[in-house]
Amino acid sequence: MTLALVSPVPMAVGAVSLNGAGATFPYPLYSKWFDAYAKQTGIKINYQSIGSGGGIQQLKARTVDFGASDAPLSDAEMREMPAPVVHIPTVAGAVAVVYNVPGARAGLRLDGPVLADIYLGRIRRWDDKRIAALNPGIRLPGRVIAVVHRSDGSGTTYIFTHYLAAVSPTWRANPGAAKSVNWPAGIGAKGNEGVAGIVQHVPGAIGYVELAYAMQTHLPMAALKNRAGRFVLPGVQSAAAAAAGGVAAMRRDVRVSVVNSPGANAYPITGFTYILAYRHQANTPKGRALVGFLRWAMHEGQRYPASLFYVPLPPAVVALNDKAIASIR
Amino acid sequence: MRSTQPVATRQAPASAEEPRRALLSPARRDALFGILLRAVAVLVAALCVLVGVVLVVRSVPALQRFGMSFLWGTTWDPVQQVFGALPFLFGTVVTSVLALLLAVPLSVGTAIFLAEVAPRWLAAPISFAVELLAAIPSIVYGLWALFVLVPALQPVELWLSEHAGFIPLFRGAPYGVGMLAGALVLAIMVTPFITAVTRDVILAVPHSIREASYALGATRWETVVRGVLQYGRTGILGAVVLGLGRAMGETMAVTMVIGNTPQISASLFDPAYTMASVLANEFTEATYALYLSALIEIGLLLFVFTIVVNAAGRLLVLRTRGVAAGTGVVA
Repeated sequence: MTLALVSPVPMAVGAVSLNGAGATFPYPLYSKWFDAYAKQTGIKINYQSIGSGGGIQQLKARTVDFGASDAPLSDAEMREMPAPVVHIPTVAGAVAVVYNVPGARAGLRLDGPVLADIYLGRIRRWDDKRIAALNPGIRLPGRVIAVVHRSDGSGTTYIFTHYLAAVSPTWRANPGAAKSVNWPAGIGAKGNEGVAGIVQHVPGAIGYVELAYAMQTHLPMAALKNRAGRFVLPGVQSAAAAAAGGVAAMRRDVRVSVVNSPGANAYPITGFTYILAYRHQANTPKGRALVGFLRWAMHEGQRYPASLFYVPLPPAVVALNDKAIASIR
Repeated sequence: MRSTQPVATRQAPASAEEPRRALLSPARRDALFGILLRAVAVLVAALCVLVGVVLVVRSVPALQRFGMSFLWGTTWDPVQQVFGALPFLFGTVVTSVLALLLAVPLSVGTAIFLAEVAPRWLAAPISFAVELLAAIPSIVYGLWALFVLVPALQPVELWLSEHAGFIPLFRGAPYGVGMLAGALVLAIMVTPFITAVTRDVILAVPHSIREASYALGATRWETVVRGVLQYGRTGILGAVVLGLGRAMGETMAVTMVIGNTPQISASLFDPAYTMASVLANEFTEATYALYLSALIEIGLLLFVFTIVVNAAGRLLVLRTRGVAAGTGVVA
């Protein structure tokens, strides 16, 4: 009996399957990865894009082999987990500020404090002096600004509010930074499609969406003033520059936020999404398969993100991840 | 071997049927059927109770932390860990009631037309269209509302806020998105349900009622209002309660257009929030225990609310039925 079971060992390795759950933001890329990886190795990875919160819950309950989250675990959340967890930043994404300003079809420029004050409800009209000062070439209408934000908890909101908190002490103190916050102004719309829909139809609206979504819907995007003082449009290149600018801080703790990153061409509203896994893998064949997949994703897998408007990892982050992946046993 | 086989199969059915008939006499079969039905009914009731139990158990952390103040708290701040449900209660009740105010006259009018006035060749396709409305998934209503209804509503709201802005109802920001848009899409969604039930109720009113009314010299209007609707009001009330229950629980369509802002405002144009919407929006990304628990308590509130509304509807129906029976004898 045992002999008969043991003999097809090479087949059994190929039949290992992994289960993961979590964030929806990287799902298009992950499904591409899992598909390509299954074709190469025969290892099937099932992923449920149920949201970061659900992914963390399921990892905690050990019903999945890995979780995925747009926000790293806080120190308190790390302590709540039953065992030490490794964070692997898999890919970076940029959040674009989109707008609908009659008379300004393109070329709007904003900086962090002005954007924060718009979302705080302190700057209420498009012809406000502070917006005009940033846009000398544009005749701004005397319209009320319709502020639009995401109503559903999302990684996009997490990155966006972290940026506002980084550039505005007031924002940091009051609404703060999280996947859902108590918005001081504006209307909430569900999903990227909801925000884009309202921005498209309401003259005077401003909103924020994932880069891929902004590209696909052709909404005008605002150029933001980065830490180096340059106005930078969102894009795969400028977000990659931002991700590279965050490396120094990530060496100390990979969970650190990379918004408002230094770097001449860095787009400031950029962030990573993470895969979470236990450092000690109880089930060794699955653990080995997971490590194999993560290695593959860090190297071969990095050719997929750009075509889907995600930002490939900077080489220094890949090196950090290689070390973290090697620590999984 | 080959020869015995057909013999055996030929004998089998006869011998198998005899004892089965003896095992299940008609009386026993009825008893078994009764047990089965009872089990199914108990199962449904048990599911409902279990849902309640799970909701209570899982909202314990929020209940302990906030107690009754959860009901009248107006702040919902996942960052500061402060949760209050009042804006969601307000939004749910106001949008649902507004939706009924709009939908009931439309639905009852349509039902009267279909049952009393329209010729058969017209009634059949209109009935079909109304029933088709009920089959459209709610996310389709939501996207339609976002991309068609909201842009159409904007100029109307703008005009109203400019010319009637002194009324608090029309004072808000005229973006198109807000309480009014939510109520409108809800009204459209509950109309087919109320219409279909009301039409069936009207069709069930005995012809003798109409004949008696006409014999007394009543006009068609008087016959419909005092005869038919009066007779069928219990059923029509039931239809309205059904619509209210559906409006309170509706999620996706409302979420797309209500503006999802937990505030209590007198303006129809201002964004608001409903209980079902906040669940849809925040449940998947609620990362810490108290947050999740607060959301589950919102679910518990919605559950209790739905039960109370349905119970109130039932009581109302029972009472009017009693009154109707009483007056019926006298008349």
